[in-house]
Amino acid sequence: MGSIILRNVRKVFGEVEVIPNVDLTIEDGEFVVFVGPSGCGKSTLLRLIAGLEDVTSGAIEIDGVDVAKEPPARRGLSMVFQSYALYPHMSVRSNIAFPLKMAGVSRDVIDSKVEKAASTLNLTGYLDRRPGQLSGGQRQRVAIGRAIVREPKAFLFDEPLSNLDAALRGQMRIEITQLHQTLATTMVYVTHDQIEAMTMADKIVVLNAGNIEQVGTPLELYNNPANLFVAGFIGSPRMNLLTPPPPGRDGAATIGIRPEDIQLSTEAGEWPGKVRIAEHLGSDTFFHIDVDDVGAITARAPGEFALSAGDAVWMTPNPERIHRFDGEGKALR
Amino acid sequence: MARAVSVQKKWTYTVLVWIVALLIFFPILWTILTSFKTEGDAILFPPAFFPPHWTLENFTEVQSRSDYFKHFFNSVVIAGGSTLLALIIAVPAAWSMAFSPTRRTKDILMWMLSTKMMPAVGVLVPIYLIFKNLNLLDTLGGLTIILMLINLPIVIWMLYTYFKEIPVDILEACRMDGAVLWKEIVYVLLPMAVPGIASTMLLNIILAWNEAFWTLNLTAAGAAPLTAFIASYSSPEGLFWAKLSAASTMAIAPILLLGWFSQRQLVRGLTFGAVK
Repeated sequence: MGSIILRNVRKVFGEVEVIPNVDLTIEDGEFVVFVGPSGCGKSTLLRLIAGLEDVTSGAIEIDGVDVAKEPPARRGLSMVFQSYALYPHMSVRSNIAFPLKMAGVSRDVIDSKVEKAASTLNLTGYLDRRPGQLSGGQRQRVAIGRAIVREPKAFLFDEPLSNLDAALRGQMRIEITQLHQTLATTMVYVTHDQIEAMTMADKIVVLNAGNIEQVGTPLELYNNPANLFVAGFIGSPRMNLLTPPPPGRDGAATIGIRPEDIQLSTEAGEWPGKVRIAEHLGSDTFFHIDVDDVGAITARAPGEFALSAGDAVWMTPNPERIHRFDGEGKALR
Repeated sequence: MARAVSVQKKWTYTVLVWIVALLIFFPILWTILTSFKTEGDAILFPPAFFPPHWTLENFTEVQSRSDYFKHFFNSVVIAGGSTLLALIIAVPAAWSMAFSPTRRTKDILMWMLSTKMMPAVGVLVPIYLIFKNLNLLDTLGGLTIILMLINLPIVIWMLYTYFKEIPVDILEACRMDGAVLWKEIVYVLLPMAVPGIASTMLLNIILAWNEAFWTLNLTAAGAAPLTAFIASYSSPEGLFWAKLSAASTMAIAPILLLGWFSQRQLVRGLTFGAVK
């Protein structure tokens, strides 16, 4: 079991209110990702759940018990840090065994659990090495191994992949997702990388300035962003937000249209424009297009699309995929 | 051309460093050489650099006149005891200042350091009276406590600097792994800080070994360490240079050897944190 419920959680550092008031329910077994720009409070929120920071007020319930006043050691959670935070003076074996040793588990049980974790994570050949002798990806696996051996109520991940290179990050993303499927334990994962958020999460929590902007499945957030912030934050390249809307698209203070929801044509369309930059990725082509009276628009065409800088182009937005927002930035449904 | 200049520069530096090092080392060398001279040769003018007649007589006489090994034992107890005591107090203090600092932590550190700037003689009378009332005069326990107190600020400062170098993440990971405070300190903090703790210990032992003001003023015969042993050779009957040198050589030899064998550790310790 590992449900986590935050009630009216507030955190103040000195004079700065980092988390004004957060309510959130994380179901048992869910993979929840906190995402947001740097300084939005996502790491602070995770550290409050971990107990590494004290809440200023509010309750944190794990399996129905308020643990807000309990030290980290008593909350039954495991955490994987961005910096791996391995114990440099201990072997990989001792690193993974450490939480079990702290829990007073007997030697035989420790040995068998460490062996099991090591084989799950492909670390069997490295058990007697020191962390300093491992690569970044291996270190991160050791950190994960240390987290899984004690079978916690939930795992907390604080930007665990941001120190890895792109290829390794992709691989570890899959490994962590598989781990979640195998263990079926609650995971709370902090990242600023929306690809990680979109690909791994059952539920994404978008944070901005300490407030939750929206909670939902990745596709809910993508297809129905609740406000301008979520609309602009989720999706890459980001949604085109047009304020005020171009003529003929009235009834909203701002309209948003994703790059892939714009039909491109060299002959006819709603908005005429001129290609400023064309990015050919092979699988897709991104165009940055200047449109008179509308501004700069990013459009995405599948596959190859033979246009280059300076070419004239016509654009037509898919009317069913236009997002409309009121003057306060809230979505009009 | 540039290479020739750099070689020349290197040689100049080497020679300069040797000269400075010899200047600093000369009094010690002179003391050691004098300890092997006869009393007559020791006051020759112009002085003889090497002893004209090598002799060990001074050493045997010093040992028979004033028990060297008793003073040596006292020095070991005082230096070792005050260092251990200081570490026991300083580790938690430095831990709390390094890992959960408050707004006043910096001020507290500065205040502790400032106590080192006060002339010791300023508190001699009150401390003497306190020692007298507590029956601590001329006891090993009393000296251990006073030397621990005077070196504590330095020990806390040094440990604080080392602890600051340890990533907080690792200690937090340890807390998440279920360690309570003392386990966190014993299993993670101390092993990671071993080099720093070792050099702090060494420096503190050296400082305590060489401390003369308090050891001279608060002891008579019972707890007198090697500093008092040396001082006893500047007597009203006049100075016996050769015997005084022999006593000094015997007093500094242990700490000189300790310093020699651990110089690498000591230098690393003293410059640790200066360059990151």
